[in-house]
Amino acid sequence: MQLQVTNSPFNQEQVELLNRLLPTLTESQQIWLTGYMFARQASAGTPTIGDAILAASEAPSTQVIEAVNQAPAASREVTILFGSQTGNCQRLAAGVARKLEEQGMQVTVAAMNKFKMNGLKKVENLLVIASTHGEGEPPDNARALHELLYSKRAPQFDNLFFSVLGLGDTSYEFFCQTGKDFDQRLEELGGKRLSPRVDCDLDYDESVAAWTAQVISALNERLSGASSTGAATVQGAGVEAVVAQSAYSRSNPFKAEVLANLNLNGRGSDRETRHLELSLEGSDLSYEPGDSLGIYPENHPELVDAIIKELNFNPDENVAINKNGDQGTLRDALLKHYEISVLTKPLLTQAAELSANPALSELLAPGKEQELKAYASGRDLLDLVQDFAPWKATASSLTSILRKLPARLYSIASSFKANEDEVHLTIRAVRYEAHGRDRYGVCSIHCADRIQPGDSLPIYIQQNPNFKLPSNPDVPVIMIGPGTGVAPFRSFLEEREELGAEGKTWLFYGDRHFVTDFLYQTDWQRMLKDGVLTKLDVAFSRDMEEKVYVQQRVLENSKELYTWLQEGAHVYICGDEKHMAHDVHSALLTVIQQEGSLSGEEAAAYLDNMQEQQRYQRDVY
Amino acid sequence: MAKEQLVKPIGGPPSEVEHIKIESNYLRGALVETLKNPITGGLPEDDNRLLKFHGSYMQDDRDLRNERERQKLEPAFQFMLRVVLPSGVATSQQWLAMDGLAHKYGNGTLRLTTRQTFQMHGILKWNLKPTLKKINDELMTTLAACGDVNRNVMCSPNPFQSDHHGEVSHWARQVNDHLAPRTRAYHEIWLDGEKVVDGQQDGAEVEPIYGPVYLPRKFKIGFAIPPYNDVDVFSQDIGYIAVIEEGKLKGFNISVGGGMGMSHGDTTTYPQLGKVIGFCPPERIVALAEKTIMIQRDYGNRSIRKNARFKYTIDRHGIEWFKEELQNRLGWQLEDVRPYQFENNGDRYGWLKGSNGKWNLTLYIQSGRIDDQEGYPLMTGLREIAKVHTGDFRITPNQNLIIGNVTSQKKRKITELAEQYGLTDGAHLSALRRSSLSCVSLPTCGLAMAEAERYLPSLIDKLEPIINEAGLRDKEINIRMTGCPNGCARPALGEISFIGKALGKYNMYMGAGHAGERLNKLYRENIDETEILDTLRPIISQYAKERDAGEHFGDFVIRAGYVKAVHDGQEFHN
Repeated sequence: MQLQVTNSPFNQEQVELLNRLLPTLTESQQIWLTGYMFARQASAGTPTIGDAILAASEAPSTQVIEAVNQAPAASREVTILFGSQTGNCQRLAAGVARKLEEQGMQVTVAAMNKFKMNGLKKVENLLVIASTHGEGEPPDNARALHELLYSKRAPQFDNLFFSVLGLGDTSYEFFCQTGKDFDQRLEELGGKRLSPRVDCDLDYDESVAAWTAQVISALNERLSGASSTGAATVQGAGVEAVVAQSAYSRSNPFKAEVLANLNLNGRGSDRETRHLELSLEGSDLSYEPGDSLGIYPENHPELVDAIIKELNFNPDENVAINKNGDQGTLRDALLKHYEISVLTKPLLTQAAELSANPALSELLAPGKEQELKAYASGRDLLDLVQDFAPWKATASSLTSILRKLPARLYSIASSFKANEDEVHLTIRAVRYEAHGRDRYGVCSIHCADRIQPGDSLPIYIQQNPNFKLPSNPDVPVIMIGPGTGVAPFRSFLEEREELGAEGKTWLFYGDRHFVTDFLYQTDWQRMLKDGVLTKLDVAFSRDMEEKVYVQQRVLENSKELYTWLQEGAHVYICGDEKHMAHDVHSALLTVIQQEGSLSGEEAAAYLDNMQEQQRYQRDVY
Repeated sequence: MAKEQLVKPIGGPPSEVEHIKIESNYLRGALVETLKNPITGGLPEDDNRLLKFHGSYMQDDRDLRNERERQKLEPAFQFMLRVVLPSGVATSQQWLAMDGLAHKYGNGTLRLTTRQTFQMHGILKWNLKPTLKKINDELMTTLAACGDVNRNVMCSPNPFQSDHHGEVSHWARQVNDHLAPRTRAYHEIWLDGEKVVDGQQDGAEVEPIYGPVYLPRKFKIGFAIPPYNDVDVFSQDIGYIAVIEEGKLKGFNISVGGGMGMSHGDTTTYPQLGKVIGFCPPERIVALAEKTIMIQRDYGNRSIRKNARFKYTIDRHGIEWFKEELQNRLGWQLEDVRPYQFENNGDRYGWLKGSNGKWNLTLYIQSGRIDDQEGYPLMTGLREIAKVHTGDFRITPNQNLIIGNVTSQKKRKITELAEQYGLTDGAHLSALRRSSLSCVSLPTCGLAMAEAERYLPSLIDKLEPIINEAGLRDKEINIRMTGCPNGCARPALGEISFIGKALGKYNMYMGAGHAGERLNKLYRENIDETEILDTLRPIISQYAKERDAGEHFGDFVIRAGYVKAVHDGQEFHN
């Protein structure tokens, strides 16, 4: 019987899919499917939030079913979905969950790509926490949900109450765009806001606290009649691990002594990459391969002094160094506490109040967005004070409009197990000229030029549950990390070496010149010799007449690479997002399509499936 | 038969290098694979040994070695590439090709060697093949520029006797080409030549002269045209001394068993002078070279490499034995030695007219290094000359350069260019500096114990006031420096020589003959610059005051009792 909309409960699309699928099934497949559908219905029970199967791919299936069965049918259920690239949102989601749990709510926390789409319709209370990447793009694990909501298949959310917390950086044009998208779209699809969306800048602690308080009070108000049942269901690998044991954290950084600081680029290179080794002794901090380290840097003293001189301020004048009203000298405040290297729109807007020069207000006028963007790009506070003098600002009024100096995150380049109480970083020194002046990356140049062994740096560990070695040491891993993107793979390989893991490993590395830019070359050579690293392919773009990049090496090895994928290999990409990660992604699609004789769509589905199984992970920036 | 019993190849197990050679399948080894390995810029030791036969050594920038180790980078591996250029004669097109390669793949400089050829430094492993290909496209080769085979055959570039130079260098090329290895490995590896399965052939078919294990050690041949001993003919394994009578090349006196290298602290090793054993007409010299090499192949020491040079084989068995063995193998007798006379082993600078009516400009090249320096664009100047020059370029055994066979019409243009780029015959320099010779040494040479090329010029800076004060600015005194005792700048034939012992420390030798006819002798051990200057100051001053008319420095220091004369290397350490 040919299925039709009229003779079945299915819609047109489903009818088409089924009609395509059913005739292809063998008899045994049909029998299997019948049993599967029956069992599935039996175990699902009452359709509730329990449909949300959130466990990580490694979780045994019995555990998943257990979770489903335990989910109670109470209305004090709250679902928190996060979209996180570096693990920030995930960590915040876990924190918010704990707060809600204290309020007696039943909380489910899940990464967006781990949440069953058809369960979403049944969710009553939804909190969305999402960061934004690049040009307003969602993080990897939010992409599918983002797409779904904007597609024709998007469900109606007539019974949904939601609130969105967005994470971003005001120095980017599309600040918190992903959060804004979710917020707008959920409303368009029928959802009602529990409390207004909050957009967080780099210094997000206060905004998060405010949003959490709003959400709790709104939920309590709405659910005042409902019974309180208790514990949160916090699921997904890595969330528990987020609970740090150390007294030190992002808000209470550890002063780590620098043990070594050297340039990894050989003489004659046009690049400088610092290898930093820091001591964690006495901190109780530890980390897993794939995690990042946050460093609170200091601004360039020359820039600070130039700003103070330009404004004719007294460097020793006391100003507030934070929002708690702690005091310090102006010079100290600009050196250690406030961001002065980036011009954000909020900063420019507030600065217009302090400038006696009408030009700044004119630049901020509606319709001049492009000019404003062009001006802000690559300029810093010194440019601002020079370009829009005279000023009617005081030292205090100036610092009051500045953002807190944010920490910089670097992928950790060592294994904790292999280097007890140490953490290694790979930091590329950023120097360039713009608008007639030498510019310096705040943290990279702080580390490159002003930090000696024996000095200390305020640091914290930032877990990244989305960039983790497979728990099974026998699973092959493919690591693609040109430039400083190779850092976490040094950690991965050291870890596997320390564990005596048997799984195959394959590293793709590239940079400009073989002789000077082959970061950690002798480490890789040793690992190859010892068998820790099975295969190493390199691409040095400036050595040959024709430029070669890692993605070419991926393509050249397509047959073997596909074999590894078929054997269950995990694929990791770390490094530049804009070009490299995108090109490598395309190369992987080509490999899968070509070697698996698949269509473009099928190849994309293959990779999506890998991503869902956490077999395709990216740490890109 | 009794004699055969007496003279046997030396025993002992073959050295490691002998194993590498025999297992290499005629110099192939695993080179094709290891050259491709993209993870390292170097080669494994076995393949590096074989690569030498192909004309290249793996080196690394030793200035950076420790620094790079800390940076987790392997040594800055790079390759030295040496060309085979019989008699040191190159065309303008070849010069331009080498200049281009030096800039494209090398370190932007060329080195003229003491064996009259080009050396390039700083070539990355992946660039070896295109570099070699281009060199071969320009009708040069690198095969046998290094390794346990006959090396580039030298020949006096004599700018006066043009006819004789042409004839003698023709024979030098004949010998050079006849002794080239025949293995196809070179073509397969570098020139995409078809693979030939040499292994299935009989060894004698693949390498009729060398056999599958090649020689126990390197082998060197040079041709001198008296009265100039610029090739240091007695430092060669075989030296051919041209005999010209009544304006005609009659043949060659044959010198055998010379060699420079030794090891510090090992008196079983020593520099040696060749012994002149007879005369033969030109058409017999190729066979003579072949049979000599085959005797060394059969009797040389394959157990201990530092005792493997031909000079030790001869000293072990005696010159008479060798002569007889040679004549037996040749099937003819050498004639009696004809008279010959050498005057010096230096170069004659500036413009000189040859007997063919063409002009030759000998330029002074410090340490043989061709590069562009601030205010002295030597490399650019030579490139501009090569673009218009229709004659040849001749690299001299003293690392200098002759712009050869310039027509009268072109002479003016070449003179203009030389002036424009500041190229010099060295007339404004001290004769000491013009008579100086140094090897490459640090930072690229793996054997170097002390500086040579980078240091000798500054040492001469400090010696010149002493020389000037003594009134000896125009007195030629051969001064040579090497970074190790292997002898690349023929240091045992310097009237004053320094052989590196450690950074900044040298053994000082004196007393070689000005025409390369006598070895020098150790005078001071392990001395630094201050001691060198303090040692030489009174000797030079005494030489200035007490020398006989025309007496050379090397002769004077013997007469004055500073060192004993050494006419046989076996007395070198006495």
